[in-house]
Amino acid sequence: MSAAPAPKPAPERLDLAGLRAEFPIFAARGAGFHYLDNAATGQICRAAAEALLAFETRARANVKRGVYRLADEATQAFERARAEIAAYLGAREAREVVITSGTTHALNIAAHSLCARLRPGDEILLSRAEHHSNIVPWQLAGARVGAVIRAIPLDDEGRLDLDRLDALVTRRTKVIAVTHCSNVTGAVTDLGKLGEAARSVGAVLVVDGAQRVPHGPVDVQALDCDLYAFSGHKLFASTGAGALWIRRELAEELPPFLGGGEMIRRVTIEGSTFAAPPHRFEAGTPPIGPAIALGAACAWLAGLDWARIHAHETALLDRLLSGLGTIRGVRPIGPAGLQARAPLVSFVVDGVHPHDVCQLLDARGVCTRGGHHCAQPLHDTLGLEASTRASIALYNDAADVDALLEGLEEVVRRLA
Amino acid sequence: MSTALYDEAIVATAKETARAERLAAPDLTVEEDNPLCGDRITLDLAFDDGRVAAVGHKTRGCLLTRAAAVLLARRAPGADAAELRRAIVSLRALLAGREEAPLWPELSMFEPVRAVASRHDCVLLPFRALEVALERRERERP
Repeated sequence: MSAAPAPKPAPERLDLAGLRAEFPIFAARGAGFHYLDNAATGQICRAAAEALLAFETRARANVKRGVYRLADEATQAFERARAEIAAYLGAREAREVVITSGTTHALNIAAHSLCARLRPGDEILLSRAEHHSNIVPWQLAGARVGAVIRAIPLDDEGRLDLDRLDALVTRRTKVIAVTHCSNVTGAVTDLGKLGEAARSVGAVLVVDGAQRVPHGPVDVQALDCDLYAFSGHKLFASTGAGALWIRRELAEELPPFLGGGEMIRRVTIEGSTFAAPPHRFEAGTPPIGPAIALGAACAWLAGLDWARIHAHETALLDRLLSGLGTIRGVRPIGPAGLQARAPLVSFVVDGVHPHDVCQLLDARGVCTRGGHHCAQPLHDTLGLEASTRASIALYNDAADVDALLEGLEEVVRRLA
Repeated sequence: MSTALYDEAIVATAKETARAERLAAPDLTVEEDNPLCGDRITLDLAFDDGRVAAVGHKTRGCLLTRAAAVLLARRAPGADAAELRRAIVSLRALLAGREEAPLWPELSMFEPVRAVASRHDCVLLPFRALEVALERRERERP
């Protein structure tokens, strides 16, 4: 007779106090500070802050140019950061990672470099859930070559409606550019279907990962995409640096977007040839310190227990959604459930403008975002002018959610 | 303090936008957006002998924008371009902390907004629309 299996040990709870201690702002701001605007900018972690300060005060030099020791050390630190970012993204090689100033810069590189290969009538497929940073660059770059922009519609929950994908993806489709996770609804995109559709017509799949990366490492190879963009300031590093991952084979083929600096191989008055990726896409002095900070953040984050953090974030999301449902006149938008959804919720308070909601919440130390969140087509689709958004990160706790809910009770009482 | 922005005067004034109407035959119509949040005012002006004869508006915005639109619509009739320009300058000075007694005394209700720079544009949106209207009128009727 076999022995009964030993019971699994109960999972240890997340050491939230220890985690919060890794973010200097919480000690600096003290009790009563409830930061729920993480979808706009995350707070900087100690690892990133220390790396940034160390570089700027003790190791600062330009990269890729000088031969003196300080410059060589700076270059090595910069390239180590690239490798740490690559590891967080699951890239095959560090050279697939282009250092940018952020997601918007990354998507502009993607749009201008990819559109240079398009012809009049070629189509770029976006979705109505995109951040303006994944719309406007395509409009600008697409217009130069006569490309046509089309958009995937949304379903009732604000998710990309992929049921009609066959009608939208045709032989004219050369680029599909979508969000991995909406910055308004939190809906996570089914990239598998889109990757398959892109492959079927030879299109390139570009993913805006800005809202996804703060919730754990990703695996760009498993995602079956070709380019992946994100910002460091949302990933608990400083402002000023982000990254664009480009599949190596594609990167080799693409022309540069911006010119000058170390992106060249040879320059004559008659013309120039260009460096190999990633440097081809890194014109001018890169954001060295912020990139090193981003590398440090990636290295620190990669060592965390993301299964436990995911459970923690989901529990907070559940608490938030449940609480919102009990307040008269408050209507969350986006998916109703917790599945395939990042921990952020946008909502409408009937009869109260989002800025007024945010202002009253601020009086209670609750930081939220009101407006269209740089996603006007999404709001138009949902029949809204603006919304209020609360977005959760790994360091948030139940007190943050409760402070928001109590604040909303007051908003409704005073202004609705 | 953020809650000071929502005293009774501002809330009550803002609620008057519910009764606001567009003009049937304006001399000028200006539409202005606040790109931060998508708020919008459509401002109609009718003139008679160099003075504002009537103001109409449709305002979609926060309490501050709506209250400012109501005050503008209330005070602008009878004013000439010079007075309107002085009122705009005066409101900007109030928000910047350079003036305590605005040209139109009712505008002093926005004094608490002074401390919240991110909301100055909310108050100013209707007055920006007015500024655009005056510039256009000047261009069209030199």
